Amino acid sequence: MSLAHADLAPALLELRGLTIGLPQQSDRPDAVSSLNLTVQRGEIVCLVGESGSGKSSIALAIMGLLPAGLTLRDGQILLEGQDLVPLHTTALRALRAQRMAMIFQEPMSALNPVMRCGAQLDEVLREHTLLDPAARTTKMHAILHEVGFTDTSQIIAAYPHQLSGGQRQRIMIAMALVLEPALLIADEPTTALDVTTQAQILQLIASLQQRRGMGVLFITHDFGIVAEIAHRVLVLHAGQCVESGTRTAVLQQPQQAYTQQLIRAVPTLIARASNVDPNAAVVLRVQGLSKTYDAPGWFSRRKATQALHQISLEIRRGQTLGIVGESGSGKSTLARCVARLIEPTQGNIFLGGDDIAHRSAASLRPLRRRVQIVFQDPYRSLNPRMTVGEALIEGPLNYGVSRSQALQNAARLLALVQLDPAVMSRYPHQFSGGQRQRLCIARALALAPDLLIADEAVSALDVSVQAQVLALLEDIRTKLHLAMLFITHDLRVAAQLCHHVAVMSHGEIVEHGSATEIFSHPQHPYTQTLLAAAPGRHFAFAQ
Amino acid sequence: MRPITNSSPIIQHSAWQRAGQHFSVRLGASVLLILLLLALLAPWLGTVDPTLFDPASRDQRPGQTGTITTLEGETLRHYFLMGADSLGRDMYSRVIYGTRISLSVGFLSALLALMAGVSLGLIAGYLRWVDGLCMRMMDGLMAIPGILIAIAFVAVWRPSLSTLIIAIAIPEIPRVTRLVRSLVLSLREAPYIEAAISLGTPTLKILFRHVLPNTLAPLLVQGTYLCASGMLIESVLSFLGVGLPSDIPTWGNIMAEARVQFNAYPYTIFFPGAFLALTVLAVNLLGDGLRDTLDPKLAKRL
Repeated sequence: MSLAHADLAPALLELRGLTIGLPQQSDRPDAVSSLNLTVQRGEIVCLVGESGSGKSSIALAIMGLLPAGLTLRDGQILLEGQDLVPLHTTALRALRAQRMAMIFQEPMSALNPVMRCGAQLDEVLREHTLLDPAARTTKMHAILHEVGFTDTSQIIAAYPHQLSGGQRQRIMIAMALVLEPALLIADEPTTALDVTTQAQILQLIASLQQRRGMGVLFITHDFGIVAEIAHRVLVLHAGQCVESGTRTAVLQQPQQAYTQQLIRAVPTLIARASNVDPNAAVVLRVQGLSKTYDAPGWFSRRKATQALHQISLEIRRGQTLGIVGESGSGKSTLARCVARLIEPTQGNIFLGGDDIAHRSAASLRPLRRRVQIVFQDPYRSLNPRMTVGEALIEGPLNYGVSRSQALQNAARLLALVQLDPAVMSRYPHQFSGGQRQRLCIARALALAPDLLIADEAVSALDVSVQAQVLALLEDIRTKLHLAMLFITHDLRVAAQLCHHVAVMSHGEIVEHGSATEIFSHPQHPYTQTLLAAAPGRHFAFAQ
Repeated sequence: MRPITNSSPIIQHSAWQRAGQHFSVRLGASVLLILLLLALLAPWLGTVDPTLFDPASRDQRPGQTGTITTLEGETLRHYFLMGADSLGRDMYSRVIYGTRISLSVGFLSALLALMAGVSLGLIAGYLRWVDGLCMRMMDGLMAIPGILIAIAFVAVWRPSLSTLIIAIAIPEIPRVTRLVRSLVLSLREAPYIEAAISLGTPTLKILFRHVLPNTLAPLLVQGTYLCASGMLIESVLSFLGVGLPSDIPTWGNIMAEARVQFNAYPYTIFFPGAFLALTVLAVNLLGDGLRDTLDPKLAKRL
């Protein structure tokens, strides 16, 4: 990794005392302060940090793409010994394409939706090389082949929306690498992808890096990914480097308290031993549930899609059932059917003794209090124009509880989710993501439900906050003896919380069993693929 | 572990506070306030009854002194600040009293169009089975030029202030309905609406407590535009002779009457025209400013 001539030639990328200023009124003066970092040729350096740690600002500063409001206050950015800071836009633009390139988190928004992929790739070559059209086409086929496409002509003719997320990210990588840059900056390139696709993309980046001897600055929040591909690691917290070193040093013997805390928060893939009462009352029983989305309208040619097919499951009091699957597997549709936000096409949903699958809105209302749901996006789950107190008492008021009693109850719930009861007069925008998710949990609990559905409830949270919310959910489940339906794409999270796990794929449950069985002896090939794709699964983190 | 009780340390001004500091909001609001005061205090601002006339003072130039006859037949000396029209009526009094009509027509027609449009838009956006029928009716209404509907409406009923306001409001309803419907369509997918459904909140309460408050900012902006266009349409209708009769002075009918003599006495069109232009400008400034400051996308960027 560290090459012999490293001290002779200048490093591929070197940041010296990089300081990026935030606009006034921010929570800290600098997005990044006095950061030093080097990336040598042929190595992958991972920049790890939670949201708001300034990791993306660093990438944008290197590319000269800092958004308005962020200013480069101080420091040097040396690319192969040349300082980029004083460079003009035109000089920087040439360097951007030829010596360094960047790939982003969301490949759909990074690609132009109205241009064919081939045309976008061709544009890069036309702008930056003197190749004739025939040579450009040859080069395009070669690079697409290199990023793993077999039918390259078809990809060249395709529009971005016709491709899957993984394919789009491959196109982005092809565009970044077609000019053979020495440095690749990857900003959370796999965060929007499913776990199996993520594994493929990580493998692709690692193999391309090795074949070309590139330097890669890889930005991520996921220690699993770090364990998978990093040579060296730099941990960032509030714009400052907390710890840096080789992968094994940082992940297995972290020196700083912050790093230790982060690594401790990474959930393991080993299901926790659980003792639940197998004879507890059945809270939810789903039988033969199917949901078909009809072809909309008379003129549409779209086919009806089957989102759920013959789903059967049950949850007992005090148990957590995890539904695990990739995007499009139908797990959220299942949650929304059980919460009766949508009506299933077929099948039964027994809540205690009542079948709620096909009830009318009016006859459903008395039963709604028994199922409550917590959603993924903490920023859109609370009405921005209602105070926390109003949100918490809304449910009880609907069921005839007096205002004063509902407020008392709300204060008790806030204490239960570890928030100060004095926050009741505040508005949602005054809270962080994790705090909002606590508020959503408190709101759901206000009706004392029998079943709590958590639909990707911790997926949008940072790893340390995620660990806190998971602990809270576990705590609430034991205290209130709740049944919980926990929906997630993240196997590690499922392993932490669930007693039973159902693996979903294409609207069907392919495997169902106790968490211990599923995680240690997966039977179905799909479950095996999912588990094999979890990043960092072979790595022994310091625990 | 970070302290949980602390709110985010970023100082967040509310959208309304930001609006209050915005230059064009302040300017527009101050001009409108002055106009409102003019309208309310019209009798005490040195005006005479705007219907009084005196043939001796016909076509009096601005700044001259002449005579005016009261209803009792008494003849008074009067200073014609803005001159007099071809019947010898005081232009200043007519323009100031005209402010009352213009402001109330603008404000009330906007209010009416908003109220009707919001109700229809909420229903169409939230109850899907009403949607098709309601929106096709709105499309039909939009297919007819607004001014034509207004003229037809005024022609069928006797022209009065209330018919005028209704006639101006009706053609604007489809636009408000479409706006509200589109906002509701995106809001109804929001997790907090789904959470409210799970909490057993009745549909009507969801509409009024969760959906409506989140549509207010864009609606308010739309409202100011409606107000400005309402004033303009009133002038157009008066100008076309289908508005209020000329014994009720409005800026529109003052200009309509002055049209014939425009070459000889341009000030008879200039003064009401300037007032109209100023008012519409003020309302638009206010609307633009509010759009800039109440837009949630802008608030996030701060």
